[in-house]
Amino acid sequence: MTAFLDIAGLTKAYPGVVANDDVSFAIQPGEVHALLGENGAGKSTMVKMIYGLVRPDAGHMTLRGQPYAPSEPSAARAAGVAMVFQHFSLFEALDVAENVTLGMEKPPRMRDLARRIAEVSETYGLPLDPGRKVGDLSAGERQRVEIIRCLLQDPKLLIMDEPTSVLTPQEVEILFHTLRKLSAEGTAILYISHKLEEIRALCDAATILRRGKVVGSCTPREVSAAEMAEMMVGKSLSAPRRAATEAGPPLLHVQNLNLTPATPFGTPLRNIGFTVHAGEVLGIGGVAGNGQDELLAALSGETLSARGSVSLDDEDISQMGPDARRERGLCSAPEERIGHAAAPDMSLTENAVLTAKLRRGLAHGGFIDWRAAEDFAREVIASFDVRTPGPQVAARALSGGNLQKYVIGREMLQDPRVLVVNQPTWGVDASAAASIRQAILDLAGSGSAVLVISQDLDELLEISDRFAALNEGRLSAPKDARGLTMEQIGLMLGGAHDMHEAEVVHASA
Amino acid sequence: MFGIDPVTLAAALIAASTPILLAAIGELVVEKSGVLNLGVEGMMIMGAICGFIACVTTGSPWLGFVAGAAGGAALSLIFGVLTQFLLSNQVATGLALTLFGLGMSALMGEDYTGINPPLTPKLFPEALRQLEVVGPILFGHDLIVYLSVALVAAVAWGLARTRTGLIIRAVGENHDAAHSLGYKVIRIRILAILFGGACAGLGGAYLSLVRVPSWTEGMTAGAGWIALAIVVFASWRPWRALIGAYLFGGIAALQLRLQAAQIDIPVALLDASPYIVTIIVLVIISTDRTRAALNAPAALGRVFHASG
Repeated sequence: MTAFLDIAGLTKAYPGVVANDDVSFAIQPGEVHALLGENGAGKSTMVKMIYGLVRPDAGHMTLRGQPYAPSEPSAARAAGVAMVFQHFSLFEALDVAENVTLGMEKPPRMRDLARRIAEVSETYGLPLDPGRKVGDLSAGERQRVEIIRCLLQDPKLLIMDEPTSVLTPQEVEILFHTLRKLSAEGTAILYISHKLEEIRALCDAATILRRGKVVGSCTPREVSAAEMAEMMVGKSLSAPRRAATEAGPPLLHVQNLNLTPATPFGTPLRNIGFTVHAGEVLGIGGVAGNGQDELLAALSGETLSARGSVSLDDEDISQMGPDARRERGLCSAPEERIGHAAAPDMSLTENAVLTAKLRRGLAHGGFIDWRAAEDFAREVIASFDVRTPGPQVAARALSGGNLQKYVIGREMLQDPRVLVVNQPTWGVDASAAASIRQAILDLAGSGSAVLVISQDLDELLEISDRFAALNEGRLSAPKDARGLTMEQIGLMLGGAHDMHEAEVVHASA
Repeated sequence: MFGIDPVTLAAALIAASTPILLAAIGELVVEKSGVLNLGVEGMMIMGAICGFIACVTTGSPWLGFVAGAAGGAALSLIFGVLTQFLLSNQVATGLALTLFGLGMSALMGEDYTGINPPLTPKLFPEALRQLEVVGPILFGHDLIVYLSVALVAAVAWGLARTRTGLIIRAVGENHDAAHSLGYKVIRIRILAILFGGACAGLGGAYLSLVRVPSWTEGMTAGAGWIALAIVVFASWRPWRALIGAYLFGGIAALQLRLQAAQIDIPVALLDASPYIVTIIVLVIISTDRTRAALNAPAALGRVFHASG
């Protein structure tokens, strides 16, 4: 059997870094092939070359026995290669059908297209209404838009870049079902992920990249997740340890928190209530866009809420701004690093001053103590292993994972009594993520209360004492995290909500 | 009322609105593609002088209009190259373009003051134009007026219904996503900028060849800025831009007649009235921020840089 796509010796270098170094592997027709590796291992550059977005410096590809060198994505699509992007390439203000047609080479008329979207979503169990604005859809539904856009072109190779990072367990099941069906029909799938259990459940073959080079390949079903992790990272990882601590007195208390969103595509918060105790980690799970950003803003003080809804140490702080809350010991780190957690064009030192000036005494009488600020920035860089030439570097120049370590470290080293973080390890590689999780546990162990909002359920189960789910701006009652199963969590996250969507589509069809 | 004839007023407002309507519909397309070009005033006045020179030299108003459009487009190309290839700031570049256009046109027009250009013929025969009421309003204009309305219809239909329009909107909504799908963001934006420049230039030429008709320095007198305001006023919808342009043109035509009728209002206040109304309307519109944000192209004014 000849390979569907044969990649031989592909190399791509950027100034200062070799993203792919002599990478070779082959994908068989109908095979689900995993491309594994940490952040920065070169997975994304690899698929961009296959999809024609980046031209390789050396090496060549063969598609069905023919030389294959796409100069742009439309050439790749014409050859039967389609791609679902990690960061969705969707247009929020346009509707589903418009988004789909933009990704097609020979789009049919809009009327026929709506019918074909309905057909494909029926066949593959991906309910979707062609007339809805993408800005109103959930992350899972947005991904369906991308997948349907690909499927309508009848691809022979489907590339999926980190497809499950924003999905609920139930949505992952639906996706896997779709992918298996496609694979059975003869479509090859190149599946990029660093979630090892998923790869073991889904993939027929795996190629592992580290620092741009192929370091191994395996049949995922025949090896353990730990073995794959070791190949990926190059060393064995230790799971975070938590000291067994008794929960202390309640620190952060939220009740009857209601908020209307500030932006057209925001989510309202509906009657949220919970308590976080000293020495405890409360994990809040949920699919993106269910009110996480709004909840963080209400806790950090960016949005004020009704009197009595947020209190710290029995003091009502719901009408206080961020600085007043920081002064009382509530620090927070939002999800969006560039432009929210950090000012992109300011140096790391300046960014340190922005949130730590009160608790670390970096400003006196309106003047900034630059020496103290720089020392603090250096301390964050050293303790959280931030890879940067120094504190004078602009925040924008750091890679996403490094900046994440910096903003988390900046808040943690302020010795907060309550820490609120949204997506603490988003885009951070496995070993750095492990150290951030360890730091969160250590902080809780020292008597602080920590609230972790995350979409990574494995992460939440690993570090939280209690777990609650956020769904359409409502928070479920927190449950003891030990002993929770994925199925229970999935139901808490609103798997039932999805069934409901499917019915709506059927009713209107 | 005040001895003002509503029929001639309606006919006059259509003619008075045509330059700003042309400029506004061009800028609307530019902004839909995610580019904010504040140089409309400069492109209009370049169109006015290029059109005037061509018309006087050749004796053909039609060549004048073509030259006006070409002049505006040529100036917009400078903006396009600076902002799209050299990634300069769009606001600063647009302002500079206006200043450059005003200065350059004054230099080019030195020898052309005090000359009257050849008349632009009316489109419809005398008999139609003599009809009561509808004659002056519907049939009393030249080709460019009808062209401007046709252009609004074409842009409205094109943006909403055609693939080209969809791509323009997509690029203005999220240029990174459009790029990753393989659309040529910079090429699309340059073409949109050229279209906007040609429209503004045509509007300017209409001013110097039909509206005034003669050349004076700085004769656009803020029409470009009003066109920019109309795009926001219209919340980026072509037919609303037509309404906006006719509204502002109407106020301009009315204030001239009020002055002629010796109404006891200070002339300066009447002169300023279109601008005051612009400010009031902009304030009213921007009070509802969520609605304005829904219609605005999300990538408006943001620099696009293709990365690996």
